Amino acid sequence: MSISPARAANFNEVTNVAVERPAAAPREIAQAEPAVVRSLPPRKASLLPAIMKKGAGVVASVVPPLLVLTLLLVIWEIACSGPKATLPPPTKIWSEARDLIVSPFFNLGAQDIGLGWRVLTSLQRVAIGFGLSAVVGVLLGALVGQSQWAMRGLDPIFQVLRTVPPLAWLPISLAAFRDANPSAIFVIFITAIWPVIINTAVGIRNIPQDYRNVAAVLRLNHAEFLWRIMIPSAAPYIFTGLRIGIGLSWLAIVAAEMLTGGVGIGFFIWDAWNSSRLADIIVALVYIGVVGFVLDRCVAMIGNLATRGTASA
Amino acid sequence: MIARIEPTLHTEAVATRPGRAFLKIDHVRKVFRRAGIESEVLSEIDLTIEKGEFVAIIGHSGCGKSTLLNLIAGLTPVTSGAVLLEDREVNSPGPDRAVVFQNHSLLPWLTVYDNVRLAVDKVFGRAKSKAERHEWTLHNLGLVQMSHAIDKRPGEISGGMKQRVGIARALAMEPKVLLMDEPFGALDALTRAHLQDSVMQIHARLGNTAIMITHDVDEAVLLSDRIVMMTNGPAAKIGEILDIRLERPRNRLELVSDPAYIAAREAVLKFLYERHRFVEAAA
Repeated sequence: MSISPARAANFNEVTNVAVERPAAAPREIAQAEPAVVRSLPPRKASLLPAIMKKGAGVVASVVPPLLVLTLLLVIWEIACSGPKATLPPPTKIWSEARDLIVSPFFNLGAQDIGLGWRVLTSLQRVAIGFGLSAVVGVLLGALVGQSQWAMRGLDPIFQVLRTVPPLAWLPISLAAFRDANPSAIFVIFITAIWPVIINTAVGIRNIPQDYRNVAAVLRLNHAEFLWRIMIPSAAPYIFTGLRIGIGLSWLAIVAAEMLTGGVGIGFFIWDAWNSSRLADIIVALVYIGVVGFVLDRCVAMIGNLATRGTASA
Repeated sequence: MIARIEPTLHTEAVATRPGRAFLKIDHVRKVFRRAGIESEVLSEIDLTIEKGEFVAIIGHSGCGKSTLLNLIAGLTPVTSGAVLLEDREVNSPGPDRAVVFQNHSLLPWLTVYDNVRLAVDKVFGRAKSKAERHEWTLHNLGLVQMSHAIDKRPGEISGGMKQRVGIARALAMEPKVLLMDEPFGALDALTRAHLQDSVMQIHARLGNTAIMITHDVDEAVLLSDRIVMMTNGPAAKIGEILDIRLERPRNRLELVSDPAYIAAREAVLKFLYERHRFVEAAA
């Protein structure tokens, strides 16, 4: 026997559920619960266990990498200690390049300066090149994300250009700028800009319709929409692009400086290679790695602050 | 500033414009075209709403009631016909028809206060001083009992609270018509009842003209002066309009046994389940 419409209505009356979507109920419970939890006063934890817990956390995250590093150094030492070894072992590096390791900021004249100074010179180039690519990239990405026509026109060009290796741009920029420093900056700019453009465009295309509706009801103008809705909504995507971009620019600067010369860390490696100072090169590699890591963390941290934790860390 | 002119009974407003409707939906039709296929969602919707009236629109899923609200809000263009507000055609969105969205649509990067303040600054940027706008923002958050959480972000408050803030944001625009798109659809029954009471109090106090989409029969009868019942889509129409002649203020507990309430409820249920059963649900 099928349930008659009247019976169905009756059933509805008894349980007093909504006409549609009975499935909404579980979601509500999930939504309601955190509020209840939050309204409780925060529990007072005693200080000592908290510190111990934190200390245990630090130990757990610091000890394994230290162990692995020590192990790797030992293996390296053993592997490179034979008379036929082509690369210096860690002990030899320490004895040969000790001044570079312990004092990054000595200054003994033109090319005899600490690696800290060289890194700062390189960072300055990266700051200018990457800064430009961040600004231009976000604006171009916003254009491509907002306008169908801009996307159709520009996207194929972007997709082709972004695959060009950074160093392939160097001869052209040297020819155009006729100077090493702006050429290196241009190479960084052109390397870092693509992920910024593409991620920004994706972020803007993904702005929820709800936010657009809010903007429409409020009659936000273009500038207001850009600042109040578009940038904050796309911020997690933008910062993903910026993080990839800063990584790429650090890759590009070293390569570019090898060719353009000057004071940067890249040229230092090239110079050390030409005078067979292998130990110096290895120290420089460690510097580059650490600085690259710090740069990435910095952008991630800024992203986290700017998007209040919604950007992927 | 805060002391806003409390609109008197809507009959007065009607009397000043004899024969003119406050909001008129005039032969509105909506056809969506997708991949060359036309589908008529709404056909020949005719509805006039008086100033201060609270109208609920009810119907099964997919009958186009949200589309109708979007047409009035101006978020979707009409295919033919027109929406007239105080005799002027409206075809683009604006703060005079503030919308309370189904999923609150608060901006997650702004605090509760800033979400409302954004609307206040945009609508009253020239008319009110900075201090007045601050007061007005707080006043509206007070109306929905959210003064305690003004510095929280939407992610930190419950669904019901978010919807309260959404209502505060809409009220803060001082809209001529307040549009609500299933505002309590995603809330649990208790929270929903609280918010319904809040909406009734605010309506009694401010006398806004309001249109509310709902799928909840009790909610429609409890809140509205008239219930517009939609037939099933495609090409949905207004099937019937029911006047709810219950005295205000209304009390949900007393109404349960009120014969007029029971009759109204039954009429809506009969319309929805006997005459326009939801085809998919019946299968």
